[in-house]
Amino acid sequence: MSFISYLINGISLGSVYAIIALGYTMVYGIAKMLNFAHGDVIMIGGYVVLVAMTSMGMPSIAAVLLAVVVCTLLGVVIERVAYKPLRNASSNLAVLITAIGVSYLLQNIALLLFGANTKSFTSVVTIPALKLAGGQLIISGETIVTIITCIIIMVALMLFIKKTKAGQAMLAVSEDKGAALLMGINVNGTIALTFAIGSGLAAIAGVLLCSAYPSLTPYTGAMPGIKAFVAAVFGGIGSIPGAFIGGILLGIIEILGKAYISSQLADAIVFAVLIIVLLVKPTGIMGKNIQEKV
Amino acid sequence: MWKKLEKRTKSNIITYGMVIVAYIVVQGLMMTGNLSSLMQGLLVPLCAYVILAVSLNLVVGISGELSLGHAGFMCVGAFSSAFFSKCTQAAITNSGLRFFLAILIGAAVAAVFGILIGIPVLRLRGDYLAIVTLAFGEIIKNLINVLYIGRDSNGMHFSMKDSMSLNLEADGEILINGAKGITGTPKDSNFTIGVILILITLVIVLNLIHSRDGRAIMAIRDNRIAAESIGISITKYKLMAFTVSASLAGVAGVLYAHNLSTLTALPKNFGYNQSIMILVFVVLGGIGNIRGSIIAAVLLTMLPELLRGLNDYRMLIYAIVLIIMMLFNWAPKAIEWREKHLKFKRHKEKEAQ
Repeated sequence: MSFISYLINGISLGSVYAIIALGYTMVYGIAKMLNFAHGDVIMIGGYVVLVAMTSMGMPSIAAVLLAVVVCTLLGVVIERVAYKPLRNASSNLAVLITAIGVSYLLQNIALLLFGANTKSFTSVVTIPALKLAGGQLIISGETIVTIITCIIIMVALMLFIKKTKAGQAMLAVSEDKGAALLMGINVNGTIALTFAIGSGLAAIAGVLLCSAYPSLTPYTGAMPGIKAFVAAVFGGIGSIPGAFIGGILLGIIEILGKAYISSQLADAIVFAVLIIVLLVKPTGIMGKNIQEKV
Repeated sequence: MWKKLEKRTKSNIITYGMVIVAYIVVQGLMMTGNLSSLMQGLLVPLCAYVILAVSLNLVVGISGELSLGHAGFMCVGAFSSAFFSKCTQAAITNSGLRFFLAILIGAAVAAVFGILIGIPVLRLRGDYLAIVTLAFGEIIKNLINVLYIGRDSNGMHFSMKDSMSLNLEADGEILINGAKGITGTPKDSNFTIGVILILITLVIVLNLIHSRDGRAIMAIRDNRIAAESIGISITKYKLMAFTVSASLAGVAGVLYAHNLSTLTALPKNFGYNQSIMILVFVVLGGIGNIRGSIIAAVLLTMLPELLRGLNDYRMLIYAIVLIIMMLFNWAPKAIEWREKHLKFKRHKEKEAQ
């Protein structure tokens, strides 16, 4: 029974990773950059919900919506101010280092505003825990909500990309920016939209993460952000189903590693997985191997 | 005489001279008692940071890859050498010889890890190195925090659980005590050795940059496909730059470890933040500019101690500086603006023609 409960916890944590990884993978697919600040947008989302619920007394749904709006705006602003000027820079190192700078900036702003103390987070989920098999298997409300949210987001995103004009524009821009521009697609707008969606998802991920592990510091987002990137690479960076599968698998690996091997080494195991994946299949599970043309 | 020298030789002499002059000035200040004990305590870490900055510049500036695990290599060098020094403290009484061997061991172990990380990752294109080195730094930190090694009359004992499960005899001693780290490392490093190591690092890095291999590395950075088409082995040269850099970071770790009586793998010492700190030195000093890295490392280590009041805002300022520097130096629009309004860059280009 304990194995099944670990497995469910793993899927729940993996769902959070999957939602974050979706943001990573979309941004990577379209802007060809690692958005290191993505993890810190999660943390900002967490703080927004915390402030909205405790200081402003908002109901949890409104607080979550506010966090999504704030993070979406934040994502667009970051893209506009820090990344867009460097889009045609001669070295792609430049935008990577800028992203690290942004990540640091967000962490330190949060540190100055909210202090380094761990804030306890009240879960936004009010669904009671599900008891199965005569009380031997307990699935918490947070777990149920997290998994369902992840599946809804996944399906919605796939439909958005397949069925809408904006989604098709995203695909076109990620394939070939120049050709997309010639077809009359607003490339800058599409990239901004991608950042907006990714950051909005990050806010949701932040709320779910903080509900499941109710503590919040300025560094809360950093580690899940990095792990979600590992998940995105694991599943094949640039691929949306890949991010989903990678996220779930990584969550399961982490929880099982924590339970059966060593709780202190769980992070190390996750990162070792990344190195092994890169050794065996650098393009990830769902990744396509694209040949370079001169 | 000075005019006859090649431009590159001149530049190298200035770099070496700068370090030596700084050394003499600091020695003078110490002799006359004008250096506070706080500053004196900073000197050896400062040397380690300079070595780290110079070696990271080899990866970031010369090879054009981003490594975010430099502190991890430093950590590997620090722990392997401190472990060695602690084991042989009784056997090798000459501290100079012991430290020399410790440096070799730290450099070698860090280089081995550099190769292990580099082989899978440097084959890939894109930003994988950044994330894998970051992951490596975290793995190393986690592993060292659960590593227990002890020694008694039966030989070495090893555990990854706790110090009790080492099952040491009564005469045993714990060498590496998990999260408590290594205590009682002999204090073999000092400022003079630090400066000598900086000079050795500079000799290695500057000669590598200006050698045939260094040109190959830079050719790959500037145009991968063109370099490959003229028969430069991409993986080999990238691996070379990365391994040399890792090994030098290991040396910095040795220097750092032998200045502390207790060595622990805290996020503060060897974590992600430390790696970013070293990156800030490199970016602020100018990517690819070795002399700049040295100056930035010295200034950014000394300034916070002098401006204690700004401590809360230090990291915030670094973050803003990092973003602004990158935007100003690399954004195509900023470059255009600079060329229009700041004329000196054009003059230089004309001279070169």
